[in-house]
Amino acid sequence: MAADNSTAGPGREVAVVAFAQTVHRRSTDQLSEVELVLPVLHDVLKQTGLTTDRIGFTCSGSSDYLAGRAFSFTMALDGVGAWPPISESHVEMDGAWALYEAWVKLRTGQADTALVYSYGKSSPGCVRDVLTRQLDPYTLAPLWPDAIALAALQTQALIDAGLADERALAATAMRSRRAAEANPHAQLRGSADVEELLKQPYEVRPLRRHDCPPVSDGAAAVVLAVGDTARALHTRPAWIRGIDHRIEAHQPGVRDLTESPSTRLAAVHAGAFDAPPDTAELHAPFSAQELILRRALDLSDGTEVNPSGGALAANPVMAAGLIRIGEAASRIQRGESRRALAHATSGPCLQQNLVAVLEGEQ
Amino acid sequence: MSAAVNPAAVPAGPHRAVGQEPVAVVGVGQTRHVSARHDVSIAGLLREAAVRALEDAELTWADIDAVVIGKAPDFFEGVMMPELYLAEALGAVSKPMLRVHTAGSVGGSTALVAANLVAARVHGTVLTVAFEKQSESNAMWGLSLPVPFQAPLTAGAGGFFAPHVRAYMRRTGAPDHIGSLVAFKDRRNALKNPYAHLHEHDLTLEKVRSAPMLWDPIRYSETCPSSDGACAMVLTGVRGAARAPRPAAWMHGGAMRSEPTIFAGKDYVSPQAGRDCAADVYHQAGVVDPRRQIDLAEIYVPFSWYEPMWLENLGFADQGEGWKLVESGVTEMDGDLPVNPSGGVLSSNPIGASGMIRFAEAALQVRGEAGEHQIDGARLALGHAYGGGAQFFSMWLVGSERPDS
Repeated sequence: MAADNSTAGPGREVAVVAFAQTVHRRSTDQLSEVELVLPVLHDVLKQTGLTTDRIGFTCSGSSDYLAGRAFSFTMALDGVGAWPPISESHVEMDGAWALYEAWVKLRTGQADTALVYSYGKSSPGCVRDVLTRQLDPYTLAPLWPDAIALAALQTQALIDAGLADERALAATAMRSRRAAEANPHAQLRGSADVEELLKQPYEVRPLRRHDCPPVSDGAAAVVLAVGDTARALHTRPAWIRGIDHRIEAHQPGVRDLTESPSTRLAAVHAGAFDAPPDTAELHAPFSAQELILRRALDLSDGTEVNPSGGALAANPVMAAGLIRIGEAASRIQRGESRRALAHATSGPCLQQNLVAVLEGEQ
Repeated sequence: MSAAVNPAAVPAGPHRAVGQEPVAVVGVGQTRHVSARHDVSIAGLLREAAVRALEDAELTWADIDAVVIGKAPDFFEGVMMPELYLAEALGAVSKPMLRVHTAGSVGGSTALVAANLVAARVHGTVLTVAFEKQSESNAMWGLSLPVPFQAPLTAGAGGFFAPHVRAYMRRTGAPDHIGSLVAFKDRRNALKNPYAHLHEHDLTLEKVRSAPMLWDPIRYSETCPSSDGACAMVLTGVRGAARAPRPAAWMHGGAMRSEPTIFAGKDYVSPQAGRDCAADVYHQAGVVDPRRQIDLAEIYVPFSWYEPMWLENLGFADQGEGWKLVESGVTEMDGDLPVNPSGGVLSSNPIGASGMIRFAEAALQVRGEAGEHQIDGARLALGHAYGGGAQFFSMWLVGSERPDS
């Protein structure tokens, strides 16, 4: 594909021009990863009228530990149909970071369009146990603290600091899952009211089941394009005005778990504080994390948070962050948002965070 | 069959995309590669390479804007997404950190992802690190987990690649001894590289040829070792290079290509993705005759026979002629196209780092910093990596001069 010289090189504007996701489910026993990914890839290609050989760059995000085998992404590549050979890369991260790599590639001027996808099948194993393997292998992983236990520590810290109570957590969970009633892709749709939720037993104190994300299988895909190419592919591209990501120290013991400084720093670098967003899609698998992120991002009541239902309504690990960007972009493309913030997280207790700011044409 | 490239593989227009920041390698560091580094943790291993790269560039952690790390499958150490745990050890706290995984080509791909951050002017100076600590686990069996309804990759990579070597021998009529010449050359070269894992001072060609057969036609002496090791580079732009204390290696071209693992019509001996990737890199650099214009190549050769196979795939030799370059000594240290003066993957194989070591060794050569295995007058060098079922390729060309000069 010839370079779009009108906007060549660093500084070119990049937009989301298509997004697709699966209907996320507790289990997809009958589907391989390729079969999970293939329909969303076809969907975004159909939306743009592009074919694989007309995509300038392809980048995916996934985890071998979820798949339970080495090089799992090589089989998923079969779903792309990488023939003739394609310019392609892969991150062992959530698809939001695959999108970041693709954004950088487009900014260099080496490509004008990019296909980004990610997927995660949590159902074959016990994702709670699997995620313990991403902890410090010498000092932390041998203790097997699982994702829910670590989130419980974080939530308790927030409660101890007087920044949340169990009622606020339940309200967050209820609002997310009620918002998901309008999202046909969500896994958990609808919720009992707060009083009913607070009568439920603890899962890991202070977390109840409603404070935790569902175990999900799912996939998502996005097409990015630059400048006039984007305008030709969509009447209302969702322009990425800024995108940045930052990481914190790994050991939960050396961090203030009630804050998310890496989210705030990424937001500063992404220009998130230049103007308030009307919409925010936050990747907060646990209810308390939404509260932490709202504070880190200075979100007021004027911002609608997680109209999709967020990760509390569907949490396909490795895709849930990319889905936040896709959901934010879709709101802009549907004319429901003028300026949307999308956030993705990785690691225990919000260790690593990405923030993107998207806008419609001004 | 000719070495024709797929026209769609090479973009039209300018050689390199307009307006990119030129990318310079100003720091290189690696560990002494060995079979087991019991004295350091995974973090300690990476930090050793990173600190050496920073020292080479005379920079500190504070000068680094972002960190890009790469490694092969997480099962090789048994740590899921280890970059999370490595954030502090690599000085990445409060910085962007990316983790690349493109199978065996990952060391090269990681360097290219880092280079693009500079080329796009997203960051000024980037640290990139790749590693494998194979002694933490067992890579061969990590590769051999049974997957339902898929052809098993029996007993590691050698079991997968041996039939393709045999196909090359049948296709080209290459005599049986070519593989042993490559292995002997690379292991001799490694004696001049203090970082190489294997230093076999007493090795003879006869010993290479009489080693036990491992995966016919690949002998034990013709396969790569299992290594613990890491490699790091500091990449920067024009201003960063101007401040560098030692000569920079300038990136003249870089590309990745992928194709599916298994499909009807796949050429395992000379994959199209490798040919396309090389064509793209040469095009960016304005190279029309790689054999004459490129001074040396660091090529990913985990099994000796892959040297003649890749010589053809990369356009250094016509189809069926690669083994003749090996036989006539062209790829020797003193030949006119030295291949793997560092000793190559056959002498050190910390899998995830192996591709980056190829890229870094190419950079060291054009900087004139390769020490005892320096090739005199090296001005343009190729770094090459491949992975998966000979399906993922990453390459760069680095030169002693700025590409826009």
